[in-house]
Amino acid sequence: MYDFALLFSFAFPPMSLTRAQIESIAHLARLELEPAEIPVYQDSLSRIIDLVGQLDRADTAAVAPMAHPLPGLTQRLRPDEVTEEDRHECYQASAPQVAAGLYLVPKVIE
Amino acid sequence: MIHRNSLTQLAAGLRAGKFSSVELVREYLARIEASQPSLNAFISITGAEALAAAAAADREIAAGRGGPLAGVPIGHKDLFCTAGVRTTCGSRMLGNFVSPYDATVVAKLKAAGAITLGKLNMDEFAMGSSNETSYYGPVRNPWNTDLVPGGSSGGSAAAVAARLVPAATATDTGGSIRQPAALCGITGIKPTYGRVSRFGMIAFASSLDQGGVLATSAQDAALVLREMAGFDPKDSTSVDVPVPDYGAALDAPLAGVKVGLIREFIDEGLDRENERRIREALVVLERLGATLREVSLPNLPLSVPAYYVVAPAECSSNLARYDGVRFGHRCKDPRDLQDLYRRSRGEGFGAEVKRRIMTGTYVLSAGYYDAYYLKAQRVRQLIAADFKRVFGEVDVLVGPTSPTAAFPIGAKTDDPITMYLNDIYTIGANLAGLPAMSVPCGFVGGLPVGLQIVGPHFAEGRILNVAHRYQLETDWHLKAPERFA
Repeated sequence: MYDFALLFSFAFPPMSLTRAQIESIAHLARLELEPAEIPVYQDSLSRIIDLVGQLDRADTAAVAPMAHPLPGLTQRLRPDEVTEEDRHECYQASAPQVAAGLYLVPKVIE
Repeated sequence: MIHRNSLTQLAAGLRAGKFSSVELVREYLARIEASQPSLNAFISITGAEALAAAAAADREIAAGRGGPLAGVPIGHKDLFCTAGVRTTCGSRMLGNFVSPYDATVVAKLKAAGAITLGKLNMDEFAMGSSNETSYYGPVRNPWNTDLVPGGSSGGSAAAVAARLVPAATATDTGGSIRQPAALCGITGIKPTYGRVSRFGMIAFASSLDQGGVLATSAQDAALVLREMAGFDPKDSTSVDVPVPDYGAALDAPLAGVKVGLIREFIDEGLDRENERRIREALVVLERLGATLREVSLPNLPLSVPAYYVVAPAECSSNLARYDGVRFGHRCKDPRDLQDLYRRSRGEGFGAEVKRRIMTGTYVLSAGYYDAYYLKAQRVRQLIAADFKRVFGEVDVLVGPTSPTAAFPIGAKTDDPITMYLNDIYTIGANLAGLPAMSVPCGFVGGLPVGLQIVGPHFAEGRILNVAHRYQLETDWHLKAPERFA
């Protein structure tokens, strides 16, 4: 009898990322995914990781990483003086749920 | 036919009393409303506010006051925060977000006198090259409404191409100003990283994002960019370099300007007819006195892989703030805090955004950070070094903006990689933080083609000058889609 799993794996090479990895990544990113969506993301993320694999072509042994494009840019500091006013009512006008100036969330501590 | 005026002509006409700002705003608002069913360029239209601001502008102009853009209508890409007005980023996540403050770019253009007509549609959180990922529906190309306008600034580009506004703000992280400019037959400029403030410009990838402008000519873009650019203490990546008068430098002759054609951009991905339009444009530049040579940037083909590590990594960090707690979408009846985060984010973000957040999370995660993120940053250094080297030999670089002209809506949505490859020529300038433009240079099959011009850091004046001289010699930039002409 034929080993269908073996034949199948020749026709469709294994994806770079497993289903378990997708679920783990989704958890780290705090993203709820529908079960039916998981294989779709597994496929597209695997393709992206394959694309990104092209970076291995570059010899970067003697190269420093570049965090941002302008050489010499450093974090600017400002004097330690109070410059802002209390505008919490204005900023909290867009909040989903507030009470007494506090953002309401489900109970965190059991 | 007020919409046939350039922004420069509108600003001058207002000052000369040829027409009033209220007349302009009424005319453009009518065009916008009529276009919405077919183009869907706008997410929010601020008609009442615009008319009030226009009336105030008319009073200022009559009193001999008013800034350089006094009374001129403008649109803002919907990721610039606008006080009191919904700012959605094309996402369900911010569908109910009314910004409590103005972005610096919005405030500066307001101070210059510009009148905001509304907020422009875009790919969700600026992630896309076709304006098909917007929660508010795709934007359609005014040249052919079955086709995409490009992205992520598709609404801004469609609005300018259809003459619904004389100019629109936009942003460019991997090509999102230049590629829609090319696909819609208009002029767009992405300035040097740090040139335009990112305060209030909702973040996608912080080391790549840059605000710029879409208009129908380099002359108009120069006028608007001058008002947008400048040091901002509220943006820690803003650079304290004076803003030149970009308009004053436009007319300098091109005699002796050294132009480098990027060899790696003439590849199998470039449509052959598009290539012909590019080469014809280069002949014009030579006629204008520029000397042309081919240059090689051997690491440039790694732009797309490097970008698709760096941009998702930065996006995964920036979009972590959308947690349903302080603003934005919150799911119904969260069971606990984890459920609040997971479902608010799962419901609030579309598929492309989730894809990029997850890619970023993966490449930054323990065990993969060195292999992917640090590696990509090293390749970024190589790409930037290639540009620096060639700018020792030439003054500006040229090439195509996009591999093809506009494509049908839905044609490239199955495989994300196919969509990502639209940015193959534009991404390098973002990685290296360089100023870059696209200008219309002809048509293929009746659809616009763009020529890309890239300069060294802070050489906006130079690339605007090359673009402007090219536009004095050609009339591609004056062509408008028949329905909107």
